[in-house]
Amino acid sequence: MSTHVGAAFASGPADAAGGLDPAARSGYADHPPRMGFFTDTSVCIGCKACEVACKEWNAVPEDGIELTGMSYDNTRSLGASTWRHVAFVEQITKPGESRWLMSSDVCKHCTESGCLDVCPTGALMRTEFGTVVVQDDVCNGCGYCVSACPFGVIDRRQSDGGAHKCTLCYDRIGDGLTPACAKACPTESIQFGPLDELRERAALRLEDLHEAGVADARLYLNDPQDGVGGGGAFFLLLDEPEAYGLPPDPIVTTRDLPRMWRHVATAAATLAAAALLSGLGRQS
Amino acid sequence: MTTTRARKTGGEPIVVPAADFRSYYGLPVIKETVWGVPEVPGYLFLGGLAGASSALAASADLSGYPVLARTSKTAAVTAIGLSLVALVKDLGRPKRFLNMLRVFKPTSPMSVGTWILSAYSPAAGVAAASALTGLQPAIGRAATIAAAITGPGVAAYTSALLADTAVPAWHDAHRELPYLFVSSAATAAGGLGLALVPPREAAPARNLATMGAGAELIVKGLLLRRLGPVAEPYQSGRAGRMMEVAEILTAAGLTAAALGGRNRLVAAAAGTALVASSAFTRFGIFFAGRESARDPRYTVAPQRERLRQRREGSLPASPPAPSGEPAAPGHPPRDRP
Repeated sequence: MSTHVGAAFASGPADAAGGLDPAARSGYADHPPRMGFFTDTSVCIGCKACEVACKEWNAVPEDGIELTGMSYDNTRSLGASTWRHVAFVEQITKPGESRWLMSSDVCKHCTESGCLDVCPTGALMRTEFGTVVVQDDVCNGCGYCVSACPFGVIDRRQSDGGAHKCTLCYDRIGDGLTPACAKACPTESIQFGPLDELRERAALRLEDLHEAGVADARLYLNDPQDGVGGGGAFFLLLDEPEAYGLPPDPIVTTRDLPRMWRHVATAAATLAAAALLSGLGRQS
Repeated sequence: MTTTRARKTGGEPIVVPAADFRSYYGLPVIKETVWGVPEVPGYLFLGGLAGASSALAASADLSGYPVLARTSKTAAVTAIGLSLVALVKDLGRPKRFLNMLRVFKPTSPMSVGTWILSAYSPAAGVAAASALTGLQPAIGRAATIAAAITGPGVAAYTSALLADTAVPAWHDAHRELPYLFVSSAATAAGGLGLALVPPREAAPARNLATMGAGAELIVKGLLLRRLGPVAEPYQSGRAGRMMEVAEILTAAGLTAAALGGRNRLVAAAAGTALVASSAFTRFGIFFAGRESARDPRYTVAPQRERLRQRREGSLPASPPAPSGEPAAPGHPPRDRP
């Protein structure tokens, strides 16, 4: 039985940074620290080792070997069979000069997770590490999570009909191992660890970059007060999020759900009343 | 710990500049729905038709219109039967449809809907069976009332099913969609009664159809006006054409039903137009959402505008703050040079 309650419906234990503690809110009384990814795109070299390592470790099937013709990115986007995706952005900075932005994208393991909230079977669940995983033996492929994710991460796989996404290597981290993508990253662009530590490290890195004159550097999804309660996976970006295909100000859809339910109840009552009224005028 | 909620501006239109936005090679930010056509938009239509028909049937029973009551009960059970088949067929793993009944989650409109359907469908079935066979009238009456109570829930919850997603054209319409859906359901149920039952026996159907169609036209107008640029998918392309056909059929059906609804032929034509209009409305809404997910503009531009307003102080600094604690060592807001 799922014990998860959406942030829209209840508050709960907070973590050290003042954000919600998703594992505790899901009923893990005594749980390990929340684990996550900090992806520092300023040192990403676009080698795609993360993509390959993820595919290999998780036995994720091939999902199209084709040239997109748009850049070095032939992966395009995250999906049911792509759990790490390296974006390549070539920008003309001034005439004759250009720069490359490279960024390895992944499931954000949101504090307030839309996919998990809307899952009608309880297949999507919160782990003791505060991450979000799909239980493949429970998922019936309804596809609701696909439309609820504000990042376009999770998708339904054609071959087996189920929803799939990054597990933050639930099998590895349970054994004290680093997730495959972070392990394979040669520049430590992908860093894995307790989320509190990663947030501190990211703040220092941002300061360094700003002092070094990289004014465009900014953190993305590091703030527990943002529209998804902060990401378990967050990023240091060198341009606006949308340049990397990320939404600039995502808000989990279920925050509005209490209001939606009120309107639904009013609408249903109105329909019942209208039907009742429509019969007035003749008695049997 | 308190949860302060930033209420969005009351009925104000969401102002979004349409043109200026950036994206990653024009690729979508969110995933397009994997829900199938015609299964899911068809269910939106049939579920509405069924739910409102059950409410109409109870009303007809109470006020002494047995022919209409029987017709509406039959329509309800047929429509909900087809709906259940479509819903199971649309699953990626249809054999696991019963997994829906493992949990009850108020955070998932699909979960809530599953339980509403579980209560409604048997009631609608028993009500129709009793009405058609004349057997067990007492049980039939109880089932009729149960279906009339749960039916409007079936007709209304599907709006939350669509609105509780990241799909801009659906989510941003979350205030109007419930009313649009029940209006459209009333239009369909009333229209069907009007089409199939002799006018002398169909007064409640005529009343419900005209109320529904009138409300639908008003709510659609409100929805499009408030959505601003996110309303575009409702007004262009395939979805736009469907919404336009729906509107013409609704207006024509409404006029015909109100003016000539006591003539058998006019009533049949008006009723048919109204049923069709409801179907077009549901397909139009479904396709509009799909289109708004495909184009990153509808995801990025409104969020960018929200950020700008927040920076300028016309929106609260952070949306709903989950706790009163200070934020983590974060980043200073930084503009591009």
